[in-house]
Amino acid sequence: MTVSIGSSGPGMGPAGALERFGGNPEGKPFDRRVALRLLAYLRPHWRRMLVALVLMLVGSGLSILAPYLIKVAVDTNIGGGDLPGLWRTAGLLVLTFVALFGVSQGQQYLLSWVGQRVLTTLRAQLFRHLQALHLGYHDTHIVGVTISRVISDVSVINELLSQGTVTLIGDALVLVGIVIVMLQMSPQLALLAFSVLPLMVLATWLFTRRAQTAFRETRTRVAAVVGDLAEDITGVRVIQAFAQESASEERFDRVNAASRDANIGAMTLSFVFLPAVEFLGMLATAIVLWFGGRLVAAEELTLGVIVAFLAYVSRFFQPIQELSQIYTTMQAAMAGGERVLELLDAPPLVSDPPSGAEMPRIRGKIELRDVSFAYRGSERVLHDVNLTIEPGQTVALVGPTGAGKTSIANLVARLYDVTEGAVLIDGIDLRTVTQSSLRRQFGLVPQDAFLFSGTVADNIRFGRPAASDEEVEEASRLANAHAFIDRLPAGYDTEILEGGVNLSAGERQLICIARAILARPRILILDEATSSVDTVTELLIQDALDRLLADRTALVIAHRLSTVRHADLICVVEDGRISERGTHDELLATGGLYWELYQRQFVNP
Amino acid sequence: MLKPESPILLRALARLRPYWRLTAGAYSGMLVATGLAVLIPQFIRFIVDEGIGGRNTALLQQSVLALLGLTLLKGAALYFEGRWTEIASQGVAYDLRRDIHHKLAALSFSYHDRSETGQLLSRAVQDVERVRFLTGRAVLRLTEGVVLAVATVTVLFAMNAQIAGLTLLIVPLLSLSAFHFGRQLRPLGLRIQRQLAEVTTRLEQNLRGARIVKAFAQEDAEVRRFDEANDRWFELSAQQAALQARNDPQLALIANLGTAAVIGVGGWLAIEGRLTLGELVAFTTYLGQLVTPVRRIGNIIPALAIASAAGERIFEILDAQSEVRDDPTAVPLPPIRGHVRFEGVHFAYFGRHPVLSDVTFEAAPGQVIALLGATGSGKSTIINLIPRFYDPTAGWITVDGYDIRKVTLNSLRDQVGIVLQETLLFAGSVRENIAFGRPGATLDEVIAAATAAQSHQFVMEMPQGYDTVVGERGLTLSGGQRQRVAIARALLKDPRILILDDATSSVDTETEQLIQEALTALMAGRTSFVIAQRLSTLRRADLILVLDRGRIVARGTHQTLLQTSGLYAEVYQHQVAEEQR
Repeated sequence: MTVSIGSSGPGMGPAGALERFGGNPEGKPFDRRVALRLLAYLRPHWRRMLVALVLMLVGSGLSILAPYLIKVAVDTNIGGGDLPGLWRTAGLLVLTFVALFGVSQGQQYLLSWVGQRVLTTLRAQLFRHLQALHLGYHDTHIVGVTISRVISDVSVINELLSQGTVTLIGDALVLVGIVIVMLQMSPQLALLAFSVLPLMVLATWLFTRRAQTAFRETRTRVAAVVGDLAEDITGVRVIQAFAQESASEERFDRVNAASRDANIGAMTLSFVFLPAVEFLGMLATAIVLWFGGRLVAAEELTLGVIVAFLAYVSRFFQPIQELSQIYTTMQAAMAGGERVLELLDAPPLVSDPPSGAEMPRIRGKIELRDVSFAYRGSERVLHDVNLTIEPGQTVALVGPTGAGKTSIANLVARLYDVTEGAVLIDGIDLRTVTQSSLRRQFGLVPQDAFLFSGTVADNIRFGRPAASDEEVEEASRLANAHAFIDRLPAGYDTEILEGGVNLSAGERQLICIARAILARPRILILDEATSSVDTVTELLIQDALDRLLADRTALVIAHRLSTVRHADLICVVEDGRISERGTHDELLATGGLYWELYQRQFVNP
Repeated sequence: MLKPESPILLRALARLRPYWRLTAGAYSGMLVATGLAVLIPQFIRFIVDEGIGGRNTALLQQSVLALLGLTLLKGAALYFEGRWTEIASQGVAYDLRRDIHHKLAALSFSYHDRSETGQLLSRAVQDVERVRFLTGRAVLRLTEGVVLAVATVTVLFAMNAQIAGLTLLIVPLLSLSAFHFGRQLRPLGLRIQRQLAEVTTRLEQNLRGARIVKAFAQEDAEVRRFDEANDRWFELSAQQAALQARNDPQLALIANLGTAAVIGVGGWLAIEGRLTLGELVAFTTYLGQLVTPVRRIGNIIPALAIASAAGERIFEILDAQSEVRDDPTAVPLPPIRGHVRFEGVHFAYFGRHPVLSDVTFEAAPGQVIALLGATGSGKSTIINLIPRFYDPTAGWITVDGYDIRKVTLNSLRDQVGIVLQETLLFAGSVRENIAFGRPGATLDEVIAAATAAQSHQFVMEMPQGYDTVVGERGLTLSGGQRQRVAIARALLKDPRILILDDATSSVDTETEQLIQEALTALMAGRTSFVIAQRLSTLRRADLILVLDRGRIVARGTHQTLLQTSGLYAEVYQHQVAEEQR
């Protein structure tokens, strides 16, 4: 009874590939560099792995011992009529079986444990790395793809890493042992039996070559199904609004059918390969029988050797038969490993100073000195920007889309690092202090009014998790949010659904403002905070903001000029430069771009 | 087709019905292959004993050739078993995905409001894959195991009923063990799945809110929360690993102890002379053959539980009743003029307070109706009721005198155009996106619509013009460009009733002006419902409805409302104040 390893079930093979949505780089079936780096994750667990390997070898030994004991019982004890001897042997047999039970249980548990442990560690490491990555990474990577790396790719690797390693080493040791024993028993017959190996290699080569393409195809097709379906679910409202259900069904049917056909095609390869390998194995058995039989007839071999050989030959070809089953897993694991490592290797472009110096309590003076900035690999979006904001001032940034307003705000919070020049707060260069000590003193009200799943209270508390219920309510009152929160079915404990669909855009915006109020920031950034609300709600928000802005330095980005009129300083940003600056009245008097924007927005709507 | 309440597994298996010929073929292949798998080792023993042991070279030669022939036959049987099973089960998966897609496209907004995209996707992908495994290999292997086990037991009884009876004592033990295992594993498996969903959600939320997390310096707290969920997952998985690590060896142990008992008791009987040695040897061999199928059955049972849970989630979608669907007596709505009436309409979303109370108004063909009110006052709800995205809880809505619940959804929605603030484009070319509502439109028609929607110019500046691919995998359009493409999309559809949000928030002033011009072109000659954000719309409206907490608190034109509605005057004063400074 050998220990069964790597039993295949759902989630392996092409099914396993389903778990990984998207992601382009397709690995080779074996990539040494990737494999070595992944194996390093086993190092902290080498003792457990070693024990598992020893247990596996002991298990192999025990499963050879059992048939031997049965043979002794039959031939010696029963044949010799030795009843006490029979009881003894039967007792030993029971002990062997119990030991085998313990050994295989221990081995399987250790391997799964290590596998899951490595998986957990990898996920935790990836999550930490994602936190350390600069914001730019998240701008350029689709969330779903990153999730599939952390969740699915990692679990595919796990399937191969712990179980695969030990199986491989164990199989190799057993194979070497078998080869030695066979060669010793009868070199001639052994070499004859091995003569099918070249055919086996050829068959395997043919299979892997075609399987690589075929299984890659299935993964692409499956990704297309997922992509199409994801889009149709997200866009179901538009599809219904335009009564395009049947057109979208036709589109989906094409990718759905293509996925089915690709899967059938790829699996058919296995259905040819498996019997082929079995036939070659049987060919080796036939050779042993045929030539062995003649050797026995010539009195050159005993029958016992033939019997032993037959057992060894079938054990010898077993791992090769298993290859086609683990092949797709291996391919998927390598591809997954490559993607996971790529994510881990993405450099955090914004990093803390080695000194770990902290930002002292901010008074609120912000300076941008000769700041130039380019998002990675693109053209510059800011050129030589100079700007000084005094503590407590409210400064508004206005200008056309893409002029660089949000970039300036991102640099002030050090969500990115400047390409040239420096950003200073209270005279301290932001790059000389830790990011968390800096950002703890920041508040942001974003344009998209993003809320996390969880309750309304959780969301308001986000920046200061220790805040009391009273403080949460107070912040909500200041944000003019208390009234509507109170009307929600469970008040502050109402769960926010995905995308906040159970709240309107304006309600989400008010919660974001309450969140910023509760965080008690020293510097506040309002990025289009009132963009998606109607005029009535805007009155409420404006009122809340006025309270929030008192005695804080604030940077306000707005398209609606009505919201920035009261700012201490208005900067018109155009093509990455500050082209005009001054108060509302000053800017109107100069008759520049601000005047033009103002005319267009209000006088001639 | 079986009824929804039939047991999940049966219902999943019933999905094989269209493929019953293939399935029958696959099972025949399995029976042949299984028979040969039992026969071939016996045949090898025969060759060893008679051919080699008996020094019979002629027999040896013939039987070795026969052995290879049998192996080829078995290979062929395995090939057809595998291929036909695969075709049938992939067919089942294809059908399920098609049905899920069909159902999701038909379910009303309120279903989609309650569901999360990720969950629906995982049902249509992973859960379908689990059910596919069930209808394919799982049940096939299970049947094979049962066939083998029954055949072996029959042979054992034929040989010696006494010892066979003894060995059969292990069968209840084996079943008990497998059953017990399945019962422990199933709830644990569900908990692990839920925990992994929790880990995924934490990650997803963190990624989507990356800017907020960073801006509020909450990375450490996020890491703690993630670790908590992740570690909990590990604990559960380690429990599962311990359980699974015991299952297979335990089944093997029970079977092995059976062998030991046969050796002991059978050996004793043999020594006593009540059993021949040959019989005993044959007995142990057959008993060894019983172990494999029983272990296989034991291993498949947990997979059945997993597939059953997956099937439950799939059928939950397929059984869902759309709250909005065609009435059996529904007739197609003929081409309309655009006369819309609301009569005492009430509406409440799931589990929330009423959002519309007793709304009554009338829009004559070609009129512009402006909706004004605070966030949550019910404006969006009113416009969602017109194309029947939801049905009112009470009251009724008519179009040209037709109750919209008595006409087919498609014929209604074909004549209603919508442009909302959050614009969704599909992966595809600009042309396909504009022609979304009328896939047969010519390029000239598409260009005409784009030109009227102020989009032609920027489309022509793109690398491949109208063939440029946009959406997630293509070129990214700015908010203002997306909005104009959506306007072109609605224009091309040429609807009689138009629903739109005139907010143009995320764009600069110049783009905003272009969008306003596009909207004006769109509204010309159509009955339009506008969520009004700007004065120009209010001034132009034939009827303004001022909403507060789901009620119409004032109605009239701009001029009359200035005199009669305090709320309206307040909003207006605010805007005017802004404009006169």
